Amino acid sequence: MSRKLAGSEIERLIHLLARLPGLGPRSARKAALALIKKREELLLPLAAAMGEAAARITVCPECGNVDTQSPCTLCRDDRRDPSLIVVVEEVGDLWALERANAVNGRYHVLGGRLSPLDGVGPEDLGIDRLVERSKAEGVKEVLLALNATVEGQSTAHYLMDVLARPGLTVSRIAHGVPVGGELDYLDDGTLAAAIRSRRPV
Amino acid sequence: MQWADEGVVLSVRPHGETGAVAEVFTRAHGRYLGLVHGGRGRTKRPILQPGNHVTAEWRARISEQLGVLTLELKHPFAAELLDRRLGLAGLECLTTLARLLPERDPHANLFEVTLFVLGFLGDDEIWPALYARWELALLQELGFGLDLSACAVTGANDYLAYVSPRTGRAVSAAAAEPYKDRLLPLPGLLIGGGAQGARPADIEAALRLTGHFLERDVLMPRGLKMPDARRRLLAGSCWGS
Repeated sequence: MSRKLAGSEIERLIHLLARLPGLGPRSARKAALALIKKREELLLPLAAAMGEAAARITVCPECGNVDTQSPCTLCRDDRRDPSLIVVVEEVGDLWALERANAVNGRYHVLGGRLSPLDGVGPEDLGIDRLVERSKAEGVKEVLLALNATVEGQSTAHYLMDVLARPGLTVSRIAHGVPVGGELDYLDDGTLAAAIRSRRPV
Repeated sequence: MQWADEGVVLSVRPHGETGAVAEVFTRAHGRYLGLVHGGRGRTKRPILQPGNHVTAEWRARISEQLGVLTLELKHPFAAELLDRRLGLAGLECLTTLARLLPERDPHANLFEVTLFVLGFLGDDEIWPALYARWELALLQELGFGLDLSACAVTGANDYLAYVSPRTGRAVSAAAAEPYKDRLLPLPGLLIGGGAQGARPADIEAALRLTGHFLERDVLMPRGLKMPDARRRLLAGSCWGS
């Protein structure tokens, strides 16, 4: 058995930090040490921020985003276009779209994708809630911003089927050459997708 | 231990922070699992999509280990089918059901058929019939093959039109007449009829036939269910035509 490095509180802190993405036991130890050294500037504010976050963060009942208020900030923002619903798989995808400032609609976070491997079916993703939202007055377009993976796209096809109704446009984001991408370095699949979804200019 | 082969990616599960455990159906080695280093990275992710045709190299110190897989893309079937509703559903059925094969047990014939069907998934006119035959071949490889060579009652081998849901043996149209409502219809496309231009009703009958035996003999005993994609294939108004 390895000898103990520190008291159980510090060990526990290291152990918990090591479970975060991007951190292993070694880097967790480093992070713990930095926190302890900067007790006033870092450790206490972080502890307070985490406590507050844990107490107040909820999932928005409207769109599935996480926020400290319910409905979330994005759903409350009335400058957003209510006629467009952007469907994403995870909150991380929503953040990516917001970071890029790419779209000014409302969101809907599925919280996953249909996956036969993990046994995730339509009922696990709250798809009926999305269908309900898409029927609301003034909704003209649902944009499926799902990942370009087999699971993501089969989810998209499934959603296209269940969302279809007259007067509603269901669209999906394009697949193809990324900005700054050189054809020479692209993988075959992306190239094929880019060629297939070409458009006249 | 080491081998190199070609295969079809069946599934990918994340492993650790950057790696993935991939499952490939190879020609000479059957269904194999292995760790792919950096399998969730930017360069490997497009390769590690279910349905892709790859060259695979597997290494381990002893054969009992999970081993490390190195995959290179041969043909991006997954990417080609991403925007095809039916083709993608077919791809999902194919890769999910092929996972029923025993691990590390070669099924070279089924592999050839799998590649063949994958090649046609872009053509909705042809693939459903080929896919139904693939399921028939899968049943055969799993040891639950149907006997469609001759009528179970008369021994004749023409006008086979039904299959007994209990024994999986074909029955000719004449012999089946008294109890045909208890039998499963056997469409011609499963016994050598052309795949092209098969009628939607025939494809549905073929899928119901293979589905019945897959569920009863393979999925139920293992406590599994038909993949959702396949149920959607049957439930929705299918095949475009």
